[in-house]
Amino acid sequence: MKPEPVFDQPWHAQVFALTVHLNESGRLDWSDWAARFGATLKKHGVAKELNGGEDYFAAWLETLEGVLAEEGAASPEEALEMRGAWERAYLETPHGEPVQLRS
Amino acid sequence: MPHDDHDHPHTLLPPDPALRVKALETILTRKGLIDPAALDEIIDTYENKIGPKNGARVVARAWSDPEFLEALRADATAVVKDMGFYGRQGEHMVIVENTPDVHNMVVCTLCSCYPWPLLGIPPGWYKSDAYRARAVREPRKVLADFGVGLGDNTAVRVWDSTAEVRYLVIPMRPDGTDGLDEDALAGLVTRDSMIGTGLAVAP
Repeated sequence: MKPEPVFDQPWHAQVFALTVHLNESGRLDWSDWAARFGATLKKHGVAKELNGGEDYFAAWLETLEGVLAEEGAASPEEALEMRGAWERAYLETPHGEPVQLRS
Repeated sequence: MPHDDHDHPHTLLPPDPALRVKALETILTRKGLIDPAALDEIIDTYENKIGPKNGARVVARAWSDPEFLEALRADATAVVKDMGFYGRQGEHMVIVENTPDVHNMVVCTLCSCYPWPLLGIPPGWYKSDAYRARAVREPRKVLADFGVGLGDNTAVRVWDSTAEVRYLVIPMRPDGTDGLDEDALAGLVTRDSMIGTGLAVAP
């Protein structure tokens, strides 16, 4: 039997690691995190039944964005702007070359 | 959105959430709040080093060594920490033992709390609404869906994990395993048997 991949998508692993790192470096209390994440899952689960895959990590990311915005570590405006910068970087990078943000 | 066009001149754009995660990483890195190398290390650990094999070693030893089992009952957190499996989130590990009278099963109704150091990242079904809701409401039906049939005399006990307490099921040792060493025994211990949605396999 082939083992299931630990993470289905690279970004699932990234958002997981980011959260664990913030906890390990003392910036995020795990009980608070679990409570907030649970609340997001509950909210999302009202409209449809969550399958525990992509929608699970979508709820995870939304929770993390909320926590970081509240703490002032990354405001929604900053996050949106940086997301746009990454999108442009991907669109402007020729295929096969490493994608880098322009400073 | 993915393109159909195969000779696209630029790098394929990742999905929206991937860009949002990258944005958070960049912002936090630039502010000196995170260390990108630490992220890679965490991913490597969870993808390659931590998994159900850790839990299987604990179970195999519990089956083989009565003193070890006693120590686990008294303070599983300390015992598994000695084996190098410690909770990075500071949670407490508690073992729950299956017997002919009681079958234990673990869920997290809040989110997906799970004994990471012993079992790795939970499978998708553990995180699904269906399992989280049904495990408590109709555990026998859920077990039947997993192919686990229990006798009428076996009670089912469902344990709800929290951020603070994580449960590891010690499945019943299969018959016909008297002569096996710990390595061979560990090979019989499946991930699902340690969540309680499966049984240890017979040799």
